[in-house]
Amino acid sequence: MEILLAVAVAVLTTCGVFLVLRARTFPVLLGLTLLSYAVNLFLFASGRLRIDAPPLIGAGAIFADPLPQALVLTAIVIGFGMSAYLAMLALRALAASGSDRVDVRPEP
Amino acid sequence: MGSFLNTGVLLAAIPATAFGACGLPLALQRHGRIAAALAAAAVMATCLGLLLTLAPAVLAGGVEVHGWRWLPAYGLDPRLRLDGLGLLFALLICGIGLLIVLYAAYYLPRHDRLGRFYTVLLLFMAAMLGVVLAENLLLLLLCWEITSLSSFLLVAYHGGNRESRGGARLALAVTGGGGLALLAGLLLLGGIVGSHDLSAILAAGPRIRAHPLYLPTLILILVGVFTKSAQFPFHFWLPGAMAAPTPVSAYLHSATMVKAGVFLLARLYPALGGSEPWFWLVGGTGAITLLYAAAMALFRYDIKGLLAYSTISHLGLIILLFGLDTPLSVVAGVFHIINHAIFKASLFMAAGIVDHECGTRDMRRVNGLFKRMPITATLAIVAAGAMAGVPLLNGFLSKEMFFAETIAHRQLTVFGWLLPLLATVAGMLAVAYSARFVHDVFFNGEPVDLPRQPHEPPRWMRAPIELLVVLCLLVGIFPEWTVAPLLDAAAGAALQSPLPPFQLAVWHGFNPPLLMSVLALAGGVAIYGWRLPLYAWHATLPSLHPGRIFERLHRRLANAARRAVALIDNGSPRRHNALFFVFLLLLGGWAFFSAPADGSRVPVQAVDTAALGALLALSIGSIGAAVLHRHRLLALILVSIVGLTVAMSFIRLSAPDLALTQLAVETGTIVLMLLMLYYLPNREPPRRAAPRAIRDLLLALAVGGGLGMVTLRMLTVPPPVDALPAFYLQNAVPGGGGANAVNVILVDFRGFDTLGEITVLAMVALAAQALLDRLLLKAPRHDADGRRWATEAHPLFLAMLMRPLLPLALTVAAYLFLRGHQAPGGGFVAGLITGMALTMQYLANGIAFAQPRLPGHPTRSLAIGLLLAGGVGVASGLFGAPFLTSAHGHVRLPLLGEIELASAMIFDLGVYVVVVTVVLTVLTGLGGLSSRARRHEEER
Repeated sequence: MEILLAVAVAVLTTCGVFLVLRARTFPVLLGLTLLSYAVNLFLFASGRLRIDAPPLIGAGAIFADPLPQALVLTAIVIGFGMSAYLAMLALRALAASGSDRVDVRPEP
Repeated sequence: MGSFLNTGVLLAAIPATAFGACGLPLALQRHGRIAAALAAAAVMATCLGLLLTLAPAVLAGGVEVHGWRWLPAYGLDPRLRLDGLGLLFALLICGIGLLIVLYAAYYLPRHDRLGRFYTVLLLFMAAMLGVVLAENLLLLLLCWEITSLSSFLLVAYHGGNRESRGGARLALAVTGGGGLALLAGLLLLGGIVGSHDLSAILAAGPRIRAHPLYLPTLILILVGVFTKSAQFPFHFWLPGAMAAPTPVSAYLHSATMVKAGVFLLARLYPALGGSEPWFWLVGGTGAITLLYAAAMALFRYDIKGLLAYSTISHLGLIILLFGLDTPLSVVAGVFHIINHAIFKASLFMAAGIVDHECGTRDMRRVNGLFKRMPITATLAIVAAGAMAGVPLLNGFLSKEMFFAETIAHRQLTVFGWLLPLLATVAGMLAVAYSARFVHDVFFNGEPVDLPRQPHEPPRWMRAPIELLVVLCLLVGIFPEWTVAPLLDAAAGAALQSPLPPFQLAVWHGFNPPLLMSVLALAGGVAIYGWRLPLYAWHATLPSLHPGRIFERLHRRLANAARRAVALIDNGSPRRHNALFFVFLLLLGGWAFFSAPADGSRVPVQAVDTAALGALLALSIGSIGAAVLHRHRLLALILVSIVGLTVAMSFIRLSAPDLALTQLAVETGTIVLMLLMLYYLPNREPPRRAAPRAIRDLLLALAVGGGLGMVTLRMLTVPPPVDALPAFYLQNAVPGGGGANAVNVILVDFRGFDTLGEITVLAMVALAAQALLDRLLLKAPRHDADGRRWATEAHPLFLAMLMRPLLPLALTVAAYLFLRGHQAPGGGFVAGLITGMALTMQYLANGIAFAQPRLPGHPTRSLAIGLLLAGGVGVASGLFGAPFLTSAHGHVRLPLLGEIELASAMIFDLGVYVVVVTVVLTVLTGLGGLSSRARRHEEER
């Protein structure tokens, strides 16, 4: 199980980094989404992988570590905020430059 | 005085008034410059009044220390101290400040509104009061830095003038750099003593001097002192700062800011003084500065330049007196601080009047003014006499004490004869430059080619000088009846020991100091008589401008920095990101491979088919998206598969809250990107595999592989023994009243973090509003394959389906919200679902249907949400509990069963409101773009 998660993180990161380095805004945004999945899984894994042990008191005898879960929960929501912000920025850049390239130089 | 108005309150009120009311002139400037000036004067007068009510007790020898403990573990306590030394400086700051306010109203150009000027002046005054009234050294340092910053603004008052900006920058760089050294020195001092309180430090003198770190501490603090008080070799910023308007020079560069260094020297004298290094460093610097600057002053032809070097020289004199390290020399030093502030402020103001009336300060052109402005001339001549040390004026008394001390010191050192000689020569030079000032400006023939016709200034512009010159005379003739009590209290506080016996009198009989005074007067007149050969000799010297050297260094440094930045960042985010990943790889690789390989491993858990399937789906989704990213719609769908798989994995791995959140966010992200795709080309033309892509792929593989290895290593070493998870799990129910530990952490244990996070979200919504404001994008009519977009804006089917769904979705959201504290759910998830449900109405039914039915003002709802969350935190303070402490109890509701109602639920409600608003603002904002674009097209 641990190996699978590590492979998943590796695949997500590889694809995410590759997409982030593309020249157009849309793949960059997709890449950031994949990267945030990878980072969230990584952070989540720092609490170790437990099956059938939700951190709900009274639901069982063993519990997963609740702290990484709380951190990742806010990270997911903040990730949405960041994607939204970047999407707006990309559209604004499109309106200003007429292109969806990432590194359009501003006219002097 | 009632119990309410105790001395602590009065003392705290002084800096509080100054800092609190410093914006008043700016607020009142629309009522004219008189209103701004009156406001500034009122603030200063209030501070002066408060000081005077506290003065009697302090003059009687009392010390007031008040304040409270804020962060005692770090020694950060806002505590104030009023003793004789602080009182003396505070009186100078408020008193001369009041005169400067009056003077500046006349001096500064008629069309300036002055609100900003007086506000910065008050800020400066407040910071100076903070420096001299601080009990805590870190508080002192904070105010010290504010004086540097506010003086920068004051010197650069004429910001359009290149010289002003240069002078201000130079002053800030030198005094700011000194402030850095001072910070280090004061931290060392606090470390040696174990406290940053002055009371403790002043009592620990022997211990400090015996400490191995004494010398570095002393040197660092002295760098701070010498830069602020413009001592050689840091003196060069002060002549540059003369580009400031004259009221600023009169206030900052004679009476207050440059005296802050001297003040600190006097303040820390009991702690640091009385050692061999102190004598050589402080005394040596003071002596060199005294002589060097006095000689330089003689060769200035700018009146303010002469006064600036004279100030440097007099500061050197004061510092030399402290360096001599005897009780009497300290008394003389404190006395000269008072005298110098009085006569130098009046001289600067007189120089300002001359500048104001003549339009220039060049002594080669400004001549013969005695006939044109006899009253101002008389005042300036008296003040210059005090500067030269003429009997019956205040400067004479302290200079006489200085001469006496240099002779007394003969017995102590081998260079006994040197010190009186130096003192006499410096005295001669002071007489010579004072003579130059008086003779050149007020006599010496007729003015040469002046831009204006000089005459007496307005009555009230002269009043501050008149007052100060009267003080010069009073102190000079009747020292025992005027200045003695203040001097006793201040010198006693500087010494922290009983005062030595001394006699303040004009006439001490025929003695060596008198002889030195006579020699200085005669020698000074003689030097001035030989001035022409001297000027000619000076003109042959190579000119050295430390200010210009600094400018050149500064420019070189800035250029080098610019080149270094250009090397890394050429404006392309691609390159920047790639460099970031390379750096990450290097740093991570170094950490990974240098970590000690310990043998213990935990066994991995068995792999099951479901997990394998999940990995397969995830890999197909992400690799597919990476390969097919030019087919954007397809890539988006593939990414959504990945998101769903991640959500499923969270369910499997015991994180139901994460799964719910991930699902809701996933939906939002996909809708967001679909909306975006409407404007972006949804296909990118294929290109040959460029070397760039291969390079990126290699980099991506390295980063991905690296992170995978780190993950595996993390998961296969035994978990660190950590009390944190156990604490949260054990205390969730008894401490937070909730069984869902994740939610309890979010809204209770780490509620402050969450408050920060929803603030970030609120900022996203605000930024989205700003970015979408008046954004016009061309709405395409066709997709990439030439198929027309559906013209039917809002399909009936979708609209009919969505309306009944809304109440259902809202019910689910309410349910998830209410049970969040006990079971998976909570404000974040409920907010996302509500936001999505409302957005769906909007998408399905169109703007005309949804707009009136949606919550109105995003800014207002954001504020409500943040206030709810923050308000609960503050409310806990009303019950005497720390910020964001929660209270809880049980309530039975029909149908839902037992609900644990915690005050944290209100906090969660705040989270909910913010999240709903963010989702709505972002998605409906993007959705609204198309109708705006269409309207725009129709209008054309």
